[in-house]
Amino acid sequence: MHFYSDFLTLGAVGGLRTGDMFFTIILFIILLALLKKFAWGPLMETMEKREEYVKNEIEMAEKSRREAETASKEAKAQLRQTKEEAQKIIDEARNTAKQEEQKIIDIARQEATRLKEAAEADIQNEKEKAIQALQDQVASLSVLIASKVIEKEISAQDQEKLINEYIKEVGEER
Amino acid sequence: MDTKAPIVENVFGISWLSFNLSNVLMITLVSVIILIICIAATRKLQMKPTGAQNVMEWYVDFIKGLIGDTMDWKTGKTFLPLGLTLFLFILISNVIGMVTVVVVDDYSWWGSPTADAGVTLALAFMIVLLSHFYGLKLRGGKEYGKKFFEPVFFMFPFKVIEEFTNTLTLGLRLFGNMFAGGMLTALIIGIGAKSIGGAVLASVPMLIWSGYSLFIAGIQAFIFTMLTMLYISHKVEASH
Repeated sequence: MHFYSDFLTLGAVGGLRTGDMFFTIILFIILLALLKKFAWGPLMETMEKREEYVKNEIEMAEKSRREAETASKEAKAQLRQTKEEAQKIIDEARNTAKQEEQKIIDIARQEATRLKEAAEADIQNEKEKAIQALQDQVASLSVLIASKVIEKEISAQDQEKLINEYIKEVGEER
Repeated sequence: MDTKAPIVENVFGISWLSFNLSNVLMITLVSVIILIICIAATRKLQMKPTGAQNVMEWYVDFIKGLIGDTMDWKTGKTFLPLGLTLFLFILISNVIGMVTVVVVDDYSWWGSPTADAGVTLALAFMIVLLSHFYGLKLRGGKEYGKKFFEPVFFMFPFKVIEEFTNTLTLGLRLFGNMFAGGMLTALIIGIGAKSIGGAVLASVPMLIWSGYSLFIAGIQAFIFTMLTMLYISHKVEASH
């Protein structure tokens, strides 16, 4: 009857088998060479490539982040500048409008004053003309009246008085 | 009734050359398994890793960390393929012995190659040799030689002895752990195989020990790779 335990005790321990030792070393070296060529080499290469790739990617990301930051700063500055310019334009427009307004008002005022003065001058003229006309009228009327009165009766006394009054009036006129 | 190892002596008529064919077979099998797994997992490499590629990249990062702990990454980069291959080789070797048993005509063909002192010592010897080679290559003969007289000159004999003890401890630690693991498994199964009551009794410790063996397999692969990198770093790094 065979027992498993009997199998396991082997022929073991006894003696170093020189052939085994050579075989172990030679096969291990062959295995090492084959694995290095077909497994570890490509694998390490891939891992290194990935490391490089990741490094590059990180650098690229950092670079683009920096670029984005600069761009955003520039955009902000530009926006601020634009706003300032717009404000300036609005202010200028407002100022111009005010000036224009003032100018129009001034012109209007001047025109009004001029018109008023012209009107006043006209009125004065008319008035003088009217007074002149009236005075002429009054003169002729008084002559008319006087002649009527004189026609009726005139004493020496009255005549003298009349003459004096005329003279006086004439004097006042001057 | 004991099983025997399929040993061939006097290969090609050379008196000191002998093979344990079980080890030869298992080492070949382990190598083929690793080769298939790794090459299959690293086909169709993509920038955005999926599935198997993720696992392999995690594994590479793990070994990278292990090397980074012991030496500067600039020099350590050279040893990454070695670390990757070594860890997998030892791990699969450790685990494969637990999978099954194959016996043909009383010869046991299946087992952990790392449960054989010859195999582990050969690996350790190769590592120590590599550390010297890279020490000479990367730092030059003078700097390399100076290491043996630091911190004081009379340390020289100890430093020389250290190289041999390093080889021995590195190899035998792995061998001892894996061999003991196999022995204990065999003992527990021995109890279980005697009677039905024994089987019930042995099932619990068997379950625990299987899990623990897996754990040990991982730990030993880790320790072996770590010490490898440590020994290499002692040789290639400037003294602190």
